[in-house]
Amino acid sequence: MGRNGNSNTAAGGQPPAVELINLNKFFGHVHANKDVCMTVERGTIHGIVGENGAGKSTMMGMLYGFYQASSGRIRINGREVKIKSPTHAIKQGIGMVHQHFMLVEPFSVLENVILGAEQGGLIKTSMDHARKELDRLGREYGLEVDPDARVGDLPVGLQQRVEILKALYRGAETLILDEPTGVLTPQEADQLFRMLDTLRSQGRTVILITHKLREIMEITDTVSIMRHGTMVAHRTTSETSKEELAELMVGRKVLLEVDKTEATPGEPVLALDGVGFVDDTGVSRLEDISFTIRAGEILGIAGVSGNGQSELLEVLFGVSKVREGTISYHGKPIAGPGKHTNSLGMHGLGVGHVAEDRHRTGMVMDFTAAENIILGYHNNPEINGPILMDLKKVDDLCRDYMEKFDVRPQDPSLLATGFSGGNQQKIVLAREIERDPDLLLVGQPTRGVDIGAIEFIHKQIIELRDRGKGVLLVSVELDEIMSLADRILVIFDGRIVGEVAGGEADERTLGLMMAGIDPTREAQGEVA
Amino acid sequence: MAQSKLPGWVNAGLIPALNLLTAFFVSGLVILAMGENPIDAFGYLIYGAFGYEQAIGYTLFYATNFVFTGLAVAVAFHCYLFNIGGEGQAYIGGLGIGLVCLYLGDLPFWAILPLTVIGGALFGAAWAAIPAYLQAKRGSHIVITTIMFNFIGSSVMTFLLVEWLKKPGSQLPETSHFPDQTWMPKMWELAEKFGIKMAHSPLNLSLIIALLCCVGVWFFIWRTRWGYEMRAVGRNPDAAVYGGISPAKSIMIAMLISGGLAGLVGLNELMGVQHRVIINFTNGYGFVGIAIALMGRNHPVGIFFAALLMGALFQGGSEVAFEMPNITRDMIWTIQGFVILFTGALEHMYRSRLEKIFIRKDAEGTV
Repeated sequence: MGRNGNSNTAAGGQPPAVELINLNKFFGHVHANKDVCMTVERGTIHGIVGENGAGKSTMMGMLYGFYQASSGRIRINGREVKIKSPTHAIKQGIGMVHQHFMLVEPFSVLENVILGAEQGGLIKTSMDHARKELDRLGREYGLEVDPDARVGDLPVGLQQRVEILKALYRGAETLILDEPTGVLTPQEADQLFRMLDTLRSQGRTVILITHKLREIMEITDTVSIMRHGTMVAHRTTSETSKEELAELMVGRKVLLEVDKTEATPGEPVLALDGVGFVDDTGVSRLEDISFTIRAGEILGIAGVSGNGQSELLEVLFGVSKVREGTISYHGKPIAGPGKHTNSLGMHGLGVGHVAEDRHRTGMVMDFTAAENIILGYHNNPEINGPILMDLKKVDDLCRDYMEKFDVRPQDPSLLATGFSGGNQQKIVLAREIERDPDLLLVGQPTRGVDIGAIEFIHKQIIELRDRGKGVLLVSVELDEIMSLADRILVIFDGRIVGEVAGGEADERTLGLMMAGIDPTREAQGEVA
Repeated sequence: MAQSKLPGWVNAGLIPALNLLTAFFVSGLVILAMGENPIDAFGYLIYGAFGYEQAIGYTLFYATNFVFTGLAVAVAFHCYLFNIGGEGQAYIGGLGIGLVCLYLGDLPFWAILPLTVIGGALFGAAWAAIPAYLQAKRGSHIVITTIMFNFIGSSVMTFLLVEWLKKPGSQLPETSHFPDQTWMPKMWELAEKFGIKMAHSPLNLSLIIALLCCVGVWFFIWRTRWGYEMRAVGRNPDAAVYGGISPAKSIMIAMLISGGLAGLVGLNELMGVQHRVIINFTNGYGFVGIAIALMGRNHPVGIFFAALLMGALFQGGSEVAFEMPNITRDMIWTIQGFVILFTGALEHMYRSRLEKIFIRKDAEGTV
């Protein structure tokens, strides 16, 4: 190891912050990482892209000590190490910010930061030390957070900052961020990138895992591309393009722009008038929501996750009851106070719905594909006798849908868990679209779906629109909304705060609206 | 993506066999510690359970009870409900059967049989209905309520048998004998009609009813939309609601069927053997049903075999206790406990290891 370390030093002056050499990882008989190599130079931001299941998380898991490599070597600053656990990784100067924050919400920022890194028996010593340290880190890296604020009260962007501070407080030289912008508004994401930039200029190393190619192009110095557990390429960011990265990820040419003609909206299909919803705990989740979806148009609902989109979909699916206002379908009221159409009723009316979270609400993961393909349509006379269900017909139906939606493997008897995210989503979409609904309600159609499948799913949604059906699209992916929707409504804190025509939408305006700021007023403010 | 699945014969054959062997091995150590020869003990056990015609009759007789209670637990479990109340439901179901036999006993047997089946199922289902309703509508945990209902059921039955239903002039807490024509025909009696000679044993027509229930349950769970809804609720209630399924309705259906199945134990015990309602006739069969369902993986076929195994232990166990003075009835319960422990509760002990062996081999084969 000394020899290699020397040669590296000789070549670059400084050994790379992280070197992965021929890492292999097996889970049972699944070869999750095959001879993976990667070098990250100190003081750079290195991106890792790849589709779901390409092996990014496995690789980072090995670097962070979650998993032990089946074979291969890891070098940190030129020194070969065996990373046995996350604690051990932190000792080696590697910190990780997870996609889902590992914070104790009722604790203060300070308490969260010292958690697991306390010094001595008394909390006070650690707190005092941490307070000083946080103050210093805040000034140096532009990471100011009120140390006494309750973490649960902080907005998501600041919670993420606490996660980063936690890692830095533990002496992280190299920071791994896993899909950090998923929960952020574009403005918050910009802020995050500025922070990362500062970290880089201070000589820290950042490894950024993301599926958003735009972010890779914007912030990273170098990028590694993974596919099917192997490292397919390393690129210097300035010498590559989104198109090349997408092609490397998928293994074939990918259409990044969605091909779509002008919408020709027809009659209103669904109309909401002053709809309000209050959840079980008595908190008002939706207030005064009014809009209309016409036949032959895609209406997009943009917003930062948690601003009422899920509740809106639940109300429209017929899962939750409307508290105020009315929902009418083809002019007839179907829901309001004292009136409710459940999701079977909605199906009966010709409304298809794709739940936001296929694992929790869209599918039964322990059911086979065939069983999932009839969920919500299991009472249909076509597959039922007076008592017995005709499983042969269910099977045929499933095979037919799988064929049309190119689901792989084409095996109706395989459990839902046996399919990749993209194929699971195709099963759900096939189930809803193939019944030829007049209106399709879709939540997060491409969450956790690989690029190849995204392209396919987008095409299906546009095709449905072109057949003169109404589509409501709820997504936290702004890119997706902007490329698919004909009209965009922005939801903030349970209210619709603005409408933008699809063609005229720009990220800045939408981003401000998503943060609850009126862009017109903002603009006036700048002028003044 | 390749599925990490074990071959069928390993799953359904090798794993249970290994579990059973382990159970017998540990039991053997205990028997050794008691100063008896384990090989001899298992010899008696197997002989006592299957060694002669009458023994087989007894084994199947016990197995019949376990099929009913095992199916009861399994049906509820497919809706992810742990029905611990099989004991109480079987007990109250027995009341229903007893009432039909006592008050409508003058009818011919072909009319009595369906009426007792309905009576037992109805009473058992009714006893499950209250915990089911509390779970479906109020979210009271079914485990707690069904356990409580076992105690209530036991007290109610004691009260009824002592105060209301007791045979006039008798000191025993039991009803009068059922009229002769309500007695469940014994298998040897039926066989005789066809000119076949069979050893006398309590094995009766209830076994056929139990087997029909196995088939019925299988169809219900995997071949009907109600079974489908129930399984969806059991595996993912949120997705079920999104699919327009009412969890409350599925919970009610599952528990009513479960209670109804448990309520049929009386067909075998009361109409088959006792010919009257006696106190505590359920004898723990309801609780053993939990183990049966666990061992049988909630599948009717598995349940049948698990019930057979348990029946063999019940019957063969008495033989061991009879032949070996050091092995008491309690020791037999211990061995049964080991069997439940290793085949049911410790099911995953060998699974992961076998998965490694078989799936590794499999992967090498395909690569």
